[in-house]
Amino acid sequence: MQLNDLINHTSEWLKGTGPNSDIVISSRVRLARNLDKFAFPHWANKKQAEQALNTIEEAITKVDYLKNTTNFKMVDLDSVDKQFLIERHLMSYEHAQKTNSKAVVIDDEEIVSIMLNEEDHIRMQVMQSGFNLFEAWNIINSIDDCLARELTFAFLSDWGYLTACPTNTGTGIRGSVMLHLPALVMTRQINRVLAAIAKLSFTTRGLYGEGTQATGNFFQVSNQVSLGHSEEEIIGNINGLIRQIIEQENQARELMFSRNRAMLEDKIHRSFGILKNAYIISSQETIELLSMVRLGCDLGVVKDIGRRNVNELFIITQPAHLQKRENNKLSTQERDVKRAEIIRSKLKI
Amino acid sequence: MLCDICGKNPATVHLTEIIDDQMNELHLCEECARQKSAQMEQQFGLSDLLAGLAEFEKPATKEKELVTAKCASCGLSYADFKKIGRLGCGECYTTFKKYLGPLLKRIHGSNMHFGKSPLKVTKVLKKKIDLQDLRHNLQKAIEMEEFEEAARIRDQIKELEKKQAENNNSKKAS
Repeated sequence: MQLNDLINHTSEWLKGTGPNSDIVISSRVRLARNLDKFAFPHWANKKQAEQALNTIEEAITKVDYLKNTTNFKMVDLDSVDKQFLIERHLMSYEHAQKTNSKAVVIDDEEIVSIMLNEEDHIRMQVMQSGFNLFEAWNIINSIDDCLARELTFAFLSDWGYLTACPTNTGTGIRGSVMLHLPALVMTRQINRVLAAIAKLSFTTRGLYGEGTQATGNFFQVSNQVSLGHSEEEIIGNINGLIRQIIEQENQARELMFSRNRAMLEDKIHRSFGILKNAYIISSQETIELLSMVRLGCDLGVVKDIGRRNVNELFIITQPAHLQKRENNKLSTQERDVKRAEIIRSKLKI
Repeated sequence: MLCDICGKNPATVHLTEIIDDQMNELHLCEECARQKSAQMEQQFGLSDLLAGLAEFEKPATKEKELVTAKCASCGLSYADFKKIGRLGCGECYTTFKKYLGPLLKRIHGSNMHFGKSPLKVTKVLKKKIDLQDLRHNLQKAIEMEEFEEAARIRDQIKELEKKQAENNNSKKAS
């Protein structure tokens, strides 16, 4: 698989087919693992980093489950390519920095993504569409077992899997769920919800993880604690929390729909109108308007476009996606024009 | 949107502060954000937090020992850890065991692992993990007032402990 093949491919998790796909965009489980007797990536010298990389890459080739994957070396990718992978949630922003001896292994369906030599030697993740944490956990658990047969992980029975940063030690697990919460935002309840989430030792981040703002009413909720509970318990806890948030969002939507339907429909249709007709549009505005259209789809107010198409629009209007599609480096204004063009053509009935 | 501090430049950095129940949002331009983060770095740098947590209860006399301790495997010193906020290799966890124990407790609320372990685990390690599991289950059973179950687990633990003691004795004898 070439990187450019991904442009025309819809990631599994974007298809909008999983459970609770109206509110939950995707579920993701990530595991952090390090090799025993190898310095952690940030502390390793060039030779050690390269050795670690080769050891893991070789192990991956022996895993049957991972045979439909492609290895992308960071040094081979230009900045647009790297940004492209970040936009597709296949790797982190940090992985794109200081590219020596770094790689990312991705499967054809974009369900599995394994970063090599990021903060830890191995950062593997599995994404699922909609609310499906347990399925994601099952898949990544078996991949972890397969890799454990080929490699020796840094592990202490008292403290579990050892990671570069003590905040990830133990299970090394981070489960996150990407939520779309427009009603909670519009009814001004979101701050209360976020505060409650924080009190329970979960974190909330924006669309692209650490350091990003919550735009487009998207929130990524994940666990912080990774030691002292089993993996199933941690996943179960996130599950329980997300169920409650979904409930709250649904209630808020019902509230708005019954009390203030006209205002709501107006907002949705205006957003749809701008998207269908604009000739210049920024990615920020696009995300905000698409958020309203997505809500419209969920409520049945917008009937002409399906959720999958809206999900796709979120991704293909991102900067690197635009540039790869045009196969050309574009200035900001050129991108804003191109973006509007793509949106208009996709929304044409 | 304009910067909240200088009101002149466009805001490109969005800061959300959560203190107790209050959430404050600040929208800053690059310049003001840099200044503010320079202030914050001293208080909220993750590495400082981690180092601070670790040393919270350590007596002053251990200070020298702390600073000079170095991992034999990768050469990371405790001072390095304080600065970077990350460890150097798996061995570091054993080298700095005394200090990391309380730190992990502070970060996660626990310093005992109850999750899975890698498949390539030796028999000895396996017994240790089973004991941990059993003790955890015993605790749970008592909490749930399932005393018959608790008694059963207690007996299992006694068995395992006896076996371990026997193994240790036979090792010592040979």
